[in-house]
Amino acid sequence: MEHKLKKYLRTETLPTPFCPGCGHGILMTNILRAIDELELDFRNMLFVSGIGCAGWIPSPHYKADTLHVTHGRPIAFATGAKLFNPQLKVMVISGDGDLASIGGNHLIHAARRDTDITVICANNEIYGMTGGQVSCTTGEGTYTSTTMGGNPERPFDLCRLVEAAGAGYVARSSVMHTRPLINYIKKALCHRGFSFIDVLSPCPTHYGRKEDRPSPPEILRDLMKRCITRQKAEDSPPETIEGKIIIGEFVS
Amino acid sequence: MRQDAPYFNLPTVRTVCCIHLSRGERLFAPTINDMNENLNGDIPPGEYFWEGNEAVAEGAIRAGCRFFAGYPISPSIEIMERMSNRLPEAGGVFVQMEDEIASLGAVIGAVWAGAKAMTATSGPGLSLMAENIGYAVMTETPCVIVDVQRVGPSTGQATRPYSGDMMQVKWCSSSDYQIIALSPWSIQEMYELTVQAFNLAETYRVPVFIMSDAAIAHLRETCTVPGMDELAVLDRRKSPGGPHFGTDDPRGVPPMASFGEGEALLITGSTHDEFGYRKTQDPNIQKKLTTRLNEKILRNADKIAQMEEYLTGDADTVVVAYGIAARAALAAVKQARNRGVKAGLLRLKTVWPFPERTIHSLKARRIFVPEMNRGQIAQEVQRSARANTAVFSITRVDGEVITPGEILEAVLS
Ligand SMILES: Cc1ncc(C[n+]2csc(CCOP(=O)(O)OP(=O)(O)O)c2C)c(N)n1
Ligand SMILES: [Mg+2]
Repeated sequence: MEHKLKKYLRTETLPTPFCPGCGHGILMTNILRAIDELELDFRNMLFVSGIGCAGWIPSPHYKADTLHVTHGRPIAFATGAKLFNPQLKVMVISGDGDLASIGGNHLIHAARRDTDITVICANNEIYGMTGGQVSCTTGEGTYTSTTMGGNPERPFDLCRLVEAAGAGYVARSSVMHTRPLINYIKKALCHRGFSFIDVLSPCPTHYGRKEDRPSPPEILRDLMKRCITRQKAEDSPPETIEGKIIIGEFVS
Repeated sequence: MRQDAPYFNLPTVRTVCCIHLSRGERLFAPTINDMNENLNGDIPPGEYFWEGNEAVAEGAIRAGCRFFAGYPISPSIEIMERMSNRLPEAGGVFVQMEDEIASLGAVIGAVWAGAKAMTATSGPGLSLMAENIGYAVMTETPCVIVDVQRVGPSTGQATRPYSGDMMQVKWCSSSDYQIIALSPWSIQEMYELTVQAFNLAETYRVPVFIMSDAAIAHLRETCTVPGMDELAVLDRRKSPGGPHFGTDDPRGVPPMASFGEGEALLITGSTHDEFGYRKTQDPNIQKKLTTRLNEKILRNADKIAQMEEYLTGDADTVVVAYGIAARAALAAVKQARNRGVKAGLLRLKTVWPFPERTIHSLKARRIFVPEMNRGQIAQEVQRSARANTAVFSITRVDGEVITPGEILEAVLS
């Protein structure tokens, strides 16, 4: 039997270029699951992505309209397409570096404008494609190829950032929490106005190597442990949740 | 195109606009509603007293432009202000973006969603657009960008005219590519060349630039809006199924498609084959794409190039000029004739692709190139001219409009 998501893919582009253990492939599948469960018309969907490993999630793999643009700018391109043709269902899928470092201005302005698009940040807390440099989401003290003494800077909390800018739907999940992830994507797609999901997606090749992490499975298990639900975080004393990633819905 | 334009009645710019330009303010700023216009949809044919920026906006709407994204910068602002009023009336979309990078990004996104689209800026904004200009070239996205030039570098003199972006517009993005750039000298041409810019963008699937400046943008003249059937407007060539990114003809321009048409478009700024699939390691595909992106413009340069000649028939001295400097050049040529010099004017309406062959065909002893910069186009003229022709650059770099006197003095020397 053919896989039920195969119809959404340009199968000639498979296998994906993602490294073993990369979370981007899991995210790629779960976005399609959400679309399939909602029974959206894929032919009426536009996927816009920037430059980086995450930019490859929709382009070239998704068999829909795909626009793979300059580094940091997918939200700007998506804004033009959506404003001119409001019939299109527009989703931006890109990396943390693309959406929040170089493209951070477009991110907050789209949230402020309440542009009717869904933005999914494949957040590996690093610049994967260029070989593991520090990103604006890399944790303090983390070793990367440009912070060999540990990252001296603080990371952005992207959910709080877009919430403050006015986003109408905001959630965070990880590629290890696929059921809530799919639900959040579905809710984001059904939300009218700007919606945003921060999806933790590990990069064993670069993040893992500089951090001297042993193996992809261990990194995935570690991500599992780092994440705690919003409910649990609210019920725990602050010192016990230090360094944890809080997942859940923040604005809905 | 009007062939009977009253060239010899064109006043030189100093008399018309420099009074209010040098005061740093506009003499009068009629609101759109004050003007005798029908604001629902297209402006009716007739005569209008417009400034350059207004004529560009109206030309764009006439050409079918229904999307504008921009970021305010002097001296281009009246274009976006007028578009913000006029586009909603014409059923289009206006958006003010957070910067010029986003403006051109939104324009390209809207074009692929089916729009004819435009943005307007000045030199500093053009610098910010540079990367997305390369993207538009690589993805063969038709769009129009107005550069209302001011003096630089950097913030420079924000309200003073200059032609300092003639090279920036050609070379600002990375690698090897071609664009089209037009240089109007009158308000009539601001309107007509804007319509043509859209037509050229659709024909060649390339960004087309209107090289305006602070003087012509704020100069007011009568503009005749031609009747509906007197001005050709080209629509997008589409072909379902594609391929949308290549043809075997090395100078060919593939047809397009839009989002939502079921084409599953694969659009990327990475090197791609004719169906849009990334081919980032294949030297043959890179070569084929680079060649076609350049040759589709260069091999059609004679078709694209527009210029006008005045009194060049017997001329041994030719002034080659473009934009507002050509007005002073025309006056200078007439004065030189009165003093017995066999002078003529070659006025470039198309600056890029550069009309090398036309320059080379000039049999003049001397060529003068007056410009409001340090001789950017003079270098192009120099490399295109015959070996026995002496090329002289006449420059003005103080943010003032070049005068007939300066050109005449050089020609008489
Ligand atoms: C203007 C520009 N600057 C820099 C680059 C180089 N570059 C390519 S991908 C990338 C970082 C991508 O990081 P992210 O968006 O987090 O995606 P990831 O690869 O981690 O999925 C950079 C800096 C570029 N392509 N363009
Ligand atoms: Mg990243």
